[in-house]
Formats: sequence, structure tokens, C-alpha cells
Amino acid sequence: MKIHIKNGYLVDPKNGVDGQFDIFVAAGKVVSFGKEPDGFQANRIIDATGLTVCPGLIDLSARLREPGYEYMATLESEMAAAVAGGITTLVCPPDTDPPLDEPGLVEMLKYRAKSLNQARVFPLGALTQKLEGARITEMAELRDAGCIGFSQADAPLVDTQVLWRAMQYAATFDFTVWLRPQDAHLAKGGVAHDGEVASRLGLAGIPASAESVAMATILTLVRETGARVHFCRLSTRTGVEMLRAAKADGLPVTADISVHAAHLCEMDIGFFDANCHLIPPLRSQRDRDGLRQGLADGTVDAVCSDHAPVDDDAKFLPFAEAEPGATGLELLLPLTLKWAREMNLPLSTAIAKITAAPACVLGLNAGNLAPGQPADLTLFDPDQYWKIEPHALKSQGKNTPFSGVELQGKVRMTLVEGHVVYESV
Amino acid sequence: MNNPQLNKNGEMQHLLTIEGLPRGMINHILDTAENFLNPVDREVKKVPLLRGKAIFNLFFEPSTRTRTTFEIAAKKLSADVINLNVGASSTSKGETLLDTVDNLTAMQADMFVVRHAQSGAAHLIARHVQPHIHVVNAGDGRHAHPTQGLLDMFTIRYFKKEFHNLRVAIVGDVLHSRVARSQICALTTLGVPEVRVIAPKTLLPAGIERMGVQVYHDMLQGLKDVDVVIMLRLQNERMRGALLPSAQEYFKYYGLTLDKLALAKPDAIVMHPGPMNRGVEIDSDVADGAQSVILAQVTFGIAVRMAVMSILAGSHAA
Repeated sequence: MKIHIKNGYLVDPKNGVDGQFDIFVAAGKVVSFGKEPDGFQANRIIDATGLTVCPGLIDLSARLREPGYEYMATLESEMAAAVAGGITTLVCPPDTDPPLDEPGLVEMLKYRAKSLNQARVFPLGALTQKLEGARITEMAELRDAGCIGFSQADAPLVDTQVLWRAMQYAATFDFTVWLRPQDAHLAKGGVAHDGEVASRLGLAGIPASAESVAMATILTLVRETGARVHFCRLSTRTGVEMLRAAKADGLPVTADISVHAAHLCEMDIGFFDANCHLIPPLRSQRDRDGLRQGLADGTVDAVCSDHAPVDDDAKFLPFAEAEPGATGLELLLPLTLKWAREMNLPLSTAIAKITAAPACVLGLNAGNLAPGQPADLTLFDPDQYWKIEPHALKSQGKNTPFSGVELQGKVRMTLVEGHVVYESV
Repeated sequence: MNNPQLNKNGEMQHLLTIEGLPRGMINHILDTAENFLNPVDREVKKVPLLRGKAIFNLFFEPSTRTRTTFEIAAKKLSADVINLNVGASSTSKGETLLDTVDNLTAMQADMFVVRHAQSGAAHLIARHVQPHIHVVNAGDGRHAHPTQGLLDMFTIRYFKKEFHNLRVAIVGDVLHSRVARSQICALTTLGVPEVRVIAPKTLLPAGIERMGVQVYHDMLQGLKDVDVVIMLRLQNERMRGALLPSAQEYFKYYGLTLDKLALAKPDAIVMHPGPMNRGVEIDSDVADGAQSVILAQVTFGIAVRMAVMSILAGSHAA
């Protein structure tokens, strides 16, 4: 199968491509862009007039809810949502039921995902058995089964000795440890940022210090063990500042933020909007501005959807009892574009945060369109406005704080390895 | 952010919180309550305003006093009152909050009076019910207890006449108190120029000053020259964690005694939302003393709840 995508505006941040170029695909790989290769006979010509063509998006956190939580979402529904959102590679955290702590579970998930023939799935293995924070998992076996790193997801790891040993062990094999920094004791019982809004609404707070205390511990252990750590979902300005200092010291650390945290803050909870019950909590406006700036200046490496589909029944509860999380796969692109526009950053910077940068976090040669690369491509109309109508989302999770909001930037076609896996009518 | 308790005409559809209620609306409730009260003997009149209406007291959390005063208020309005102690029945059988509400709606309810342990529960129910049903928040978690806040305003107005020249101190466990939050919203809306909160740092929520109050940690300074002292209930379980070391130390530094009350203005009144913990937050000499208006609060609570329910039902006398 040979494909010629013509008249599109090509953005490949990694290779510094930003202009009107045709792109040529053969046998699932990028052949070249710009000039048509000699003797290239396309089986299909795709007219991308008015569209931006970029590497397929890479999402550093998407919960697919399988195995165990199929009532919330299934692989089928969420993989369809991913490609509808232009995402061709995604990382899923290990907090399934049972958690991804055994190679067999990981192999099954990889197999199920692959047989759907849509986005590529890279699971994170559980850092500790059953995510209980007591015994480390068979990390090397899990890596062989397909895990790209090891994580506690949102499960607490209270015992710092276990954390220390887990980081040492991971460092032995040069695995990356993915940690969402939150001190379990300081966060105990909390459901919202410990600030003005939680105080007004009478919600139990999670102080910003829960993040910085945990980061200080982790960074100390990074120095001690040499482990590579990826900080997931930073939520505070202080966290960004600590990350900046750690990077300046040359520590092997990276970080992401949720695309929700790039736009929303505690105020958006309004009168108990359970769609704004997220993990980590939406913090102050000042924190949000710090995250946005940190993403812009590269301190924060990438932005992710933090996709967490939740069924309606689990959201129609008083705020504290409502299941945290928001659907995000189909909103990652437009919300990232919105962030870049508001920050006066070029389109290529927005694209970089969801392609080349997360590829770099993962240590993958992906998220770019160099000749020979798998033809994972996203074609989108950067100007098209569309209204977020929950029922129209492909994801089984309809829960989003952006319900009813008009966003700009709509995916029109997604290719994985040269196959069209999504095409909007 | 639109206020979910007002309808399109700006009328009160539900009473969920005092936050965002216009001053005129609060005054209207207080004026209406006054009409239900005999000015001489403070007796509450019985009126036929809500005849034929069904009011469900929906208590997901145990309460005797609040439920009883709501029940009396509804009966004084000639409504039919159904008391449901839901905590002990359906939710323990796994029925969701909203399923319970749906079932009761099918039983021809006109109004729900809701008490729930979770902040925001009343908002959730109000968003969910059919448009002809009214919801009164009788206390949700730490968030709000608007009828208590209103009856406290009624009490202050009764004894002090005006709000614009007052200093009010709220003392105690503000962190866990829905009453304090409702009082602060009401006092600031009604134009009280100086609202103080007095508590150790462990019992104050983050950023409380953003609600328009002045924070004191020293009770002796905080009580100086105030017109109204509102004591908050301190639950015994607060002593079990890291919030407070002991009831004795708390009483020593934050309990109201006659000595400390002497720092307030000579005609200062002492209020307490009840139930009191004598010897923990308030000394019996004060609770039973000449400046205490604690029992008057209870009586006024009936009139204020009548006012709220009659205004919600759209058939108030005023």
C-alpha cells in the first residue's frame, strides 16, 4: 500500500519541519516528504488541503480500564476514542483489577490491544505487587512482557524503604520509575486542593505540600540510587520549580502534566462539579499558571490526556464520593492547541509536547516523520471549532469538565503504520 | 457561576447555601420569620399556608434537634411531614442517594429537607429533582447549614437591631463547621463590618480570610469589644487525631468563661448552635448566664424555618 498525502501542512517538530509538504508512505513507513520519490505509484491519494499533518500523538497516560473495570470502559471503546483523538501511541498505568503486576496480564493486554489494530499500547508495570507498596515486582520479566516503565499509579507508596529499594532495583536494569508525587499522609482524606475553594465548600483538602514533600523524598533517592524517574501529573508551581532545579543539577528526571491542569483550577469546581474531581486535585490559579509556564519553557516535558473514563453513576454522587477522573483522549489535541494559542506559542511547540517530547520521555524513536519511521500520522483541521458533546465522544467515559465548550482543532484522519484507523466523515 | 438555588426570575427555588443569596433575599426571610412570631411572648403562630403539601425530612445523618425543629415548623405551616431516617434504611442496603430521592418523589413529595454527611449532597439532589420540588439543605458535611445561619442572623437582629455597626466573633472548630461557613456568608452579606474567627491553626481551613474574616489565634485579643460571641461545637473525636492535644488544654485557651466574656462589650450576647459541650467549649456559667441567648435561638429557628419553607412553596404571607 502506497499513500500520497498531498497539500497538507506538515509539522514535525523533532526534524524541524514546518511547512507545506506532501508526504509519501509505503509499506507502513514514511518514505519521504516534499518531493515525490522516483517511480512512486500511490494506491491512495489523500487530499489534506487545509489540514495539518503531524506525527501520531503520544499520550503518556490513558486508563483503558481493562482488565477489571469493563463497566467503565473497554479496550474497544477507548482505542476507538484514542485514534479519534489522533493518538497513535499511549501509555496505560497499571491500576487495573488485578493490577499489572504479572507478565501474563501484560501479555494479555498487549495482545488484546494489538488485535484491535489501532493505537499502540505501552503498559506501565506495577512497581510493587498488587500496588500495595510492600514487595517489588518482577520488573525484568514485566519488561520482557512489554512494560515500558514501572509505576504505583495513584496507589500510595508509604514505606520509603520500599521506594528506595524499588528505585535501586529499577536502576539496575535502567528502567524508568513513574511516580505521581504525593505524600500519602498529607493527602489523607483529601478530595480537593487545600485552598480557598475547598475551604468555602467544606471539602477536605490536599495541601500543595503533599506534592513537594514527596518530590523532595524522591529527588533525594534519585541522587542516591541513580534511578531515572518520570514525575506524573505535576500539579503545583513549587513542584515545577523543584523539577527545574533538579534538571539544572543534571538529575535524570522528566515530568508531565495533565492537559486538564493546563486549563482548569480549583475555581472550576464551582458548586461541587464532580467532573472537576480529579487526581491530582485542580489547584490554585497561580499553580496552574506555573504549570502552563513550565510546559512552555520545557521544564515540564510533556502534556498528557490523563484519560480516566468513569461511568455516570459513579459521578452522580456528592463531590467527595464521586469517582475521580475525566475523559481526555479526544480532548488532548484541541486542549493542547488552546494552551499554545493562549501562550502565544507556535503550532509546532504544541505538537512537540504531544509527539516528540513524550517519545523522548519513553526513550522511543517515535513521534517524528523521518524517512523509515512507521507511518503513524494525524491529520487535523487546526481551525475547525467543535462543541464537546459528551454523547458524541467515542470514549465510554462521558465525564468532562469541558462538556458544552467549543474547542478549536479537530482530527480528521489517523494512520497507524500506514493504515487508516480513523477517518471522520 | 450561576447560583443553582435561584430560578430564572431570581426567586429562591431551593435553599442550599447562604453563599450568593442577595441581601434583600436574606432580609425577606428574616422579615417573614418575624411575622410568624408573636412579638410579646415570642410564641410561634400556626398558619394554614402549606396545607396539603408533603414535606419529607430526609436525614442521612442522625440529628434530633434540627429534624425536630423542621418538623415543628412544617406542622405550624399545616404541612404533612414525613420523617425518614435514611441512614438506617436504604443506603445501608446499597441504594444510591439519587435512587432514594427518586423513590420519594414518586410518593408525591413537594419538598425535601436534607441532612447528609457529605458536602454538596443537597446541591446534587437539587440538580436532580423535578422542577416543582424544593430542596432545603439541613446541613451537608462541612459545607453549609443555611437555616442555622439564618436563624443566627435573626437572633442577632432581634437583640442588636442592626448589622452595620457590629463586631462578631466566631470561636472554635471552624474547619469542620458548616454552621460557621453559613454564618460567615450571612454576616458578610448583611454588612457586618468586622467578623472575627478565633481558633488554633489546626481548626481553621486554608485561606479562611478570603471569606472576609479576620483571624485570631489568641482568644483574649479576639473577644475584645465584640458585640456577639458565637461558640462552635467541638466534637470529641477531634481530640483523637493530631488536631488538638486534649479537651482540657482546648478549654483553657478557647473555652468561653465569664472572665473571657468580660473582654467583650458589656451587652454582648453569647450564641451557640447546639448541642453544647459544657466544659469543653463553653462554661456552664456562661451558657446559663444573663448574656446567653442560646435558647432564644432554638425558638427563632422554628420561625425562620417556617419562613424558608413558606417562601420556597411560593405561598408566603408577606
